[in-house]
Amino acid sequence: MKISYYPGCTLKSKAKNLEEAAIASLAALGVEVEELPRWNCCGAVHSLADDDLIHYVAPVRDLVRAMQQGSQKLVTLCSMCYNTLARANLIMRDDEVKRKTINDFMTEEPDYHGEVEVVHFLNLIRDEVGWDKVREKVKAPLTGMKIAPYYGCTLLRPRSVAIEPPESQELFRDFLTALGATPVEFAGSSVCCGSYQILASPEASKDIAGKIIAWATKAGADALALSCPLCEFNLGKKQPELIETGRIPGAVPTYYFTQLLAIALGLGDDLHRLDLNTECSLELLKSKKCLTA
Amino acid sequence: MINERTCQCTTEPMQPMATGDRAILPKGAKTIPIYVMGKKYDVPETLTIMKAMEYAGFKFIRGAGCRGGICGACPTVYRKEGDYKLHFGLACQTVVEPNMYLAQIPFYPANRATYDIETIEPTAEAIYALYPELFRCVACNNCTKACPMGVQVLDYISALKQGDVAKAAQLSFDCIQCGLCASRCMGELPQYHIAQLARRLYGKYIQPRAEHLQKRVAEIEAGKYDKMLDDLTTMGKDQLEKLYKEREREPDMAPPGTWMPKDTQYL
Repeated sequence: MKISYYPGCTLKSKAKNLEEAAIASLAALGVEVEELPRWNCCGAVHSLADDDLIHYVAPVRDLVRAMQQGSQKLVTLCSMCYNTLARANLIMRDDEVKRKTINDFMTEEPDYHGEVEVVHFLNLIRDEVGWDKVREKVKAPLTGMKIAPYYGCTLLRPRSVAIEPPESQELFRDFLTALGATPVEFAGSSVCCGSYQILASPEASKDIAGKIIAWATKAGADALALSCPLCEFNLGKKQPELIETGRIPGAVPTYYFTQLLAIALGLGDDLHRLDLNTECSLELLKSKKCLTA
Repeated sequence: MINERTCQCTTEPMQPMATGDRAILPKGAKTIPIYVMGKKYDVPETLTIMKAMEYAGFKFIRGAGCRGGICGACPTVYRKEGDYKLHFGLACQTVVEPNMYLAQIPFYPANRATYDIETIEPTAEAIYALYPELFRCVACNNCTKACPMGVQVLDYISALKQGDVAKAAQLSFDCIQCGLCASRCMGELPQYHIAQLARRLYGKYIQPRAEHLQKRVAEIEAGKYDKMLDDLTTMGKDQLEKLYKEREREPDMAPPGTWMPKDTQYL
């Protein structure tokens, strides 16, 4: 079975630490994926207006590219891309009227009917590799790392594209456990990070970001594991402002889940790209002696 | 050979047809109807849109330039009778077809940002700051469909959103700045101006410098060729001809890299 890989714009620019660690890890785990040779922005945010079909054109074009590549699956990392692509895919598979309108508009592309399955990286690892095999491949277990898995909104909502039943929240936990870390369950794991409200209502956005981080540390977590560049912006890059305004007492490490995988697999530091994370994130790994390279 | 050709000409007389910019129609040459801004004109077939319009009496004061398909001054939108599809081309390159409905788009009022190329940062962020409308792209692909040069416009816009200035510069290399992409864009992006900025940044800051070229420029500036040029410009005609006839010349079929002149002082 052939699997296409859709990176997403942010992973090629601001979130290289999300992508590069993932690609290196897949190679180490023996999973072959092929990056789409041509792709455009996924549309970043699914349009909720029922008749706003033009906003499905971008994700559908990417799905067509995967179909043209001869793939049965399209894997992606960024939560936002995953959600946008998966929801557009459902519309093309299930909504006959919208499908026809979109296909008729995109005359330069072959018709698409939802032939490709959109999968998130975590599902791919679980289903193609399996947690037992991941555990076997771990060379530098993240022993002593108490990590709060943060799903954010778009990996679990809506239920039709959730990477697992929203109430179970096992996937991220099992992933962290396989890496030798201690997952820390906490109340904020699927609370929205503030998302694009950081632009329209920055104070409200920072309020919720501060609460999420505080809930995680109160539950005993040393760090947060993230899957989305926008979550990382609000919960990671914005931390100096959260500290300055008294929303959190101090810096809390944040990692992309793919970085934790790459570190546990013992891949070199040029691959897990911790140079793009905050200083305290690197320090925590050092203090727990999790870095081999 | 010459006799044979003459013979062919006399036995098979040429069909009368309009060619080039011939204003007077040969007897018996075929004309076809075209519609310019909705009005019908009968023009000789085989002419380009531009020449057909001139034949019909239009005079291009603007909206025509090189007439060689490279300056981008004569973008044309047309439709063929009985079909809803719009087609795009350059008036100087596209040959008329019967029942074409034509409109010239010599200029498009697309946004063009002002910047100082000497101080601008060669980053995608600098482009985003000047052209924030870049993110209004919905990947409808109308830009690519409108491009008369076959440039993958959506792909270079996507490359910029991915932060890849070099890729955008390379993908847009064939752009002739005609503006048809922008004329079709529902996000009101001035794709061609954005791409030009990408190419300028690429050319000035990102593309590796050619070391041999820099070396040669330094040699020129140091006066290595001054004497030779002075000698040539003051030489008499006879001497110049002699020099030309006796010049060393690479054999036509010499495999690349195998030939070297005897006189290597200017290499």
